[in-house]
Amino acid sequence: MDLALAPETLARWQFGITTVYHFLFVPLTISLAALTAGLQTAWVRTGKEKYLRATKFWGKLFLINIALGVVTGIVQEFQFGMNWSDYSRFVGDVFGAPLAFEALIAFFFESTFIGLWIFGWDRLPQKIHLACIWTVAVGTVLSAYFILAANSWMQHPVGYHINEETGRAELNDFWAVLTQDTALVVVFHTLTAAFVAGGAFMVGISAYHLMRGKHVEVMRTSLRLGLVTLVAAGVLTAVSGDQLSKVMFQQQPMKMAAAEALWESEAPAPFSLFAYGDVDEGHNTVAVEIPGLLSFLAESDFSSEVPGVNDLNEQSQQRYGPGDYRPNIPVAYWGFRMMIGFGMASVAVGALGLWLTRRKRLLASRLRTGADEVPHLALTRNRALGPTLSRWYWRVAVLTLGFPLIASSWGWIFTEMGRQPWVVYGVLRTRDAVSPSVSQAEVLISMSVFTLLYAVLAVIEVRLLAKYVKAGPPELTEADRNPPTRIGGGPGARSGGGPGGTGSGDPGDPGTDESEDADRPMVFSY
Amino acid sequence: MELHDLWFVLIAVLWTGYFFLEGFDFGVGVLTKVLARNRPERRVLINTIGPVWDGNEVWLLSAAGATFAAFPDWYATLFSGFYLPLLLVLGCLIVRGVAFEYRAKRTEERWQRNWEHAIFWCSLLPAFLWGVAFGNMVRGVDIGPDKEYAGTLLDLLNPYALLGGLVTLTLFTFHGAVFTALKTVGEIRVRARRLATVLGCLGTVVVLGFLSWTQVERGDAASVPAMAVAVLGLVVAVVANVRGREGWSFALSGVAIVALTAMLFLALFPEVMPSRLDPDWSLTVRNASSSPYTLEIMTWCAGIAAPLVMLYQGWTYWVFRKRIGTQHIAESH
Repeated sequence: MDLALAPETLARWQFGITTVYHFLFVPLTISLAALTAGLQTAWVRTGKEKYLRATKFWGKLFLINIALGVVTGIVQEFQFGMNWSDYSRFVGDVFGAPLAFEALIAFFFESTFIGLWIFGWDRLPQKIHLACIWTVAVGTVLSAYFILAANSWMQHPVGYHINEETGRAELNDFWAVLTQDTALVVVFHTLTAAFVAGGAFMVGISAYHLMRGKHVEVMRTSLRLGLVTLVAAGVLTAVSGDQLSKVMFQQQPMKMAAAEALWESEAPAPFSLFAYGDVDEGHNTVAVEIPGLLSFLAESDFSSEVPGVNDLNEQSQQRYGPGDYRPNIPVAYWGFRMMIGFGMASVAVGALGLWLTRRKRLLASRLRTGADEVPHLALTRNRALGPTLSRWYWRVAVLTLGFPLIASSWGWIFTEMGRQPWVVYGVLRTRDAVSPSVSQAEVLISMSVFTLLYAVLAVIEVRLLAKYVKAGPPELTEADRNPPTRIGGGPGARSGGGPGGTGSGDPGDPGTDESEDADRPMVFSY
Repeated sequence: MELHDLWFVLIAVLWTGYFFLEGFDFGVGVLTKVLARNRPERRVLINTIGPVWDGNEVWLLSAAGATFAAFPDWYATLFSGFYLPLLLVLGCLIVRGVAFEYRAKRTEERWQRNWEHAIFWCSLLPAFLWGVAFGNMVRGVDIGPDKEYAGTLLDLLNPYALLGGLVTLTLFTFHGAVFTALKTVGEIRVRARRLATVLGCLGTVVVLGFLSWTQVERGDAASVPAMAVAVLGLVVAVVANVRGREGWSFALSGVAIVALTAMLFLALFPEVMPSRLDPDWSLTVRNASSSPYTLEIMTWCAGIAAPLVMLYQGWTYWVFRKRIGTQHIAESH
């Protein structure tokens, strides 16, 4: 069989495509849920209409985004069994539990309360409605936590033993799976990176409108919220990334060596800026490096030894038997750099923006602007950027909205490809994980179906986002300003509606007890 | 009762919850073409399930996740064995979810019509396919000594399983029709009741046929009462519907779905996927289950989470208890 089309290869491609695609929506969902909830909280607390308009605007973009996040997530849960049945048999006892927790705790939260939030504007009192979006936000974080704990177990299996009789991994310490350092650091890194994505998304779209001088009041507030989120989360992402690289060095030294294309062990080890190598020969032909930095990243010490790919490969051969234990080095190397490069570029643009649009008291009086004016981009106390440079800043800020998504995609490609040839590090090889009963043709069909369907949905989604971004924040209606005061009903003294869930519906008299405004249209309907 | 028996029951409960809840929203999806006569009516139907369909679907994710955790071999054999049908189900669930969320996001006629087609087909196909899948699971499929599925796609399309598909499709559509009668006002409510009577009679016939066949093939003393409740529930649901007792009718069509699912799981127990090649190769609650430690943790989780879920999902239905009609649908968004 042609190796390029081996079921294992196809199953890996399918998993890669569907997972990277799914994860385009995840960081935005996590961060926009919380940011929307924050804006709605500001509306409830201050009563300022700009916050409500911002809530509705970002909330709509959040909903367009989460719709695809939810449906592509279903595939994730099914394809372990569909394409990786031997994996599922081997690890189900350990890996299944966090997945089930995720569904039972997080998914139910998210899906139920998102329905309440979408349709609840004219059915729920203000504060209960606000609590719904916060519950969704908590649900997204819980969901991330459980699935990342499961993934961390694949990176660094703990709390299990191999049952000789059944020949599978069995759980003996669930608490260890949920709280091991890998899981905690990965959760920290992923969540902070998610807020980088959400912050950049807000910055990019706000910049798009401010550049044109439209919807200024709402977009000015959104810009500042986005910038603060982007920069704060960016700093924390760097901190957590550093912690993660230390954990990774301890637990998966091969991944660290691959990330740096460090072929031979070195002390001190350099951080590579650019390398072009020959994988078959096992060395780099071109290398530009910062001396000692890799040693620092690995062990907080500029002179410690970092083992190289070739030595680690030999160690693995001695331990696990003959074979090639090297991941795809160019993918790991460039994946690592794309992640850091795009992520940090976005944060740098954010930091610059945070300075340029700083608070009034740091500016000369002629540079100060009101809440409904496009802010000057002030370089120093007395000097603002000229029109050309300002335009360039806004343009770059718009572009940056996609950077964190590129960064997180490469981050996942790096961390998953860097673990190869293992699916569970040191325990189960990827080639032993595929479904033996699923044919090459079947995987080819499913991969094509998902790829085509996802491509079409991507086009639809982006166009829809663009439409609502361009439309800007909606004008408020009377219903928006007068939220209901009791559950299930309209404002003030509106009378109750239909007969509810117990079955004494009278035929032929729909609504004799309903007052006039019971016929009022729903504030939101599909 | 050992833990793996308890988990067999809990997974049955999760599937039952899924069929009860998503059953009516699949049914409503099918009715958008069968019952609704124009766009406002279609929108009334879609909005009766608008706030709840997503939460209903999570019952499926929980059933799948719990099967993975509690019976890894069951999960592995089922999902890899029924590969292409499940791919079709997945494709439908993806498009259907997006269709609900995106349909109203543009006002163009063509855009909305396309998503409406999607809602119809992507409700109809899974409603049918789940019956086929369960039919095959109960009837038994070719499972080898390595616990792997050894049959082909065509083996899954046997008469018994196809009848199972027809059963779930009819039953869910009936369930959706009585739900519509319960949740709407105006002319559509009257027509929903009329259609429900027809669907209910049809459903009673196919359910009786399918469950009798099941009883002969795999039934025992315990499955007879479940079968009786399912058929009786349907008959009384139709009578209640004819007499205009919409709440009773919906409750009873729900009882029928619960009893039908219970009957299928009773017919399975203690096996979870019987092998037609050799009974020794069947997957059972014993040889497919996780370790007692994992099951214990899962029991704690489910014991706390499941009642809570039922509580707040129930609350959601109460919040959106008002009936809706065409007058409640705003012009456009």
